[in-house]
Amino acid sequence: MHVPDGFLDAPTSVATGVVAAAGVGIALRKARAELDDRTAPMAGLVAAFVFAGQMINFPVGAGTSGHLLGGALAAVLVGPWTGALCISVVLLVQGLFMADGGLTALGTNITLMGLAGVFVGYGAFRLVLLVLPRRLGSVPLAAALGALVSVPAVAAVFSLLFAVGGTADIAFGKVLVTMVGWHTVIGIGEAVITGLVVSAVVASRPDLVYGARGLAGRRPLLAEEVAA
Amino acid sequence: MNNVVKNRRFLAIGLLVALLVAGVGSYYASSHPDGLEYVAGKTGFIDTAKEPVDTGSPFADYGTKGVDDERLSGGIAGVAGVGLTLLIGGGLFWVLRRRTPHA
Repeated sequence: MHVPDGFLDAPTSVATGVVAAAGVGIALRKARAELDDRTAPMAGLVAAFVFAGQMINFPVGAGTSGHLLGGALAAVLVGPWTGALCISVVLLVQGLFMADGGLTALGTNITLMGLAGVFVGYGAFRLVLLVLPRRLGSVPLAAALGALVSVPAVAAVFSLLFAVGGTADIAFGKVLVTMVGWHTVIGIGEAVITGLVVSAVVASRPDLVYGARGLAGRRPLLAEEVAA
Repeated sequence: MNNVVKNRRFLAIGLLVALLVAGVGSYYASSHPDGLEYVAGKTGFIDTAKEPVDTGSPFADYGTKGVDDERLSGGIAGVAGVGLTLLIGGGLFWVLRRRTPHA
């Protein structure tokens, strides 16, 4: 989903750059509330893990592939503001060092995957949690559904940006339908990976999962933890 | 086993998984164009993509300059990317965190 240089014109790239800078600026302040001595290293690990996950393109048919975007995953594990920063750092490393995603498109990519992907994914996760039973086992399923929704949502936002500032003149409807269609299929992969990873972390360290706060307290404290 | 040890072990296992995915697993990833590239090709705007700016990084396109073996070249780039992300992300989050007194 990394937008290269050239897809969007300069004004649109500048506009998404402003949106990205504002979003990252707010996230830098809000993330403080999500980060402490225990969760800060976890957040660094989540960023590194999303980088690794994005390298795994999985085939989705017709000679097309998709890869993890990681927005819902990061938001559920470390909180939405920290999650947005995780994805932004991944995009920065990819743009600067891997030639993946254009440098003039960095703002566009942060707006799409770092902001839209994270907040749509996290919002959907929260909504799903409201209707599921209030227990830890609901967290991976809600995370997977958040992930599922986030990918076509990001595809739709790209289509909108392309309608405004695409350098090629292609009908909006055509781009939208094709983008959202394929990315719904890719979203299934996103949902599977997100569900599996969140369920592994919930099983081993529910106390480190931001999205499980308030649900993790039911486990009785182990004797050694009481002593600590 | 106290919580600090448990945290370290969890982080070490997570990092090991990330390094294995990026360093080894990535070799087996699909090389088909991703969703956006495919749609760009199909609807006719793929040619508007410009070549990426050369930042002088030895890891452009997830390969390592000067390493001919494909598996090794991609593996080194993946490990380097995980390391860079951990360094930049971890450093940022460590600076941003609320300082809590150690119990």
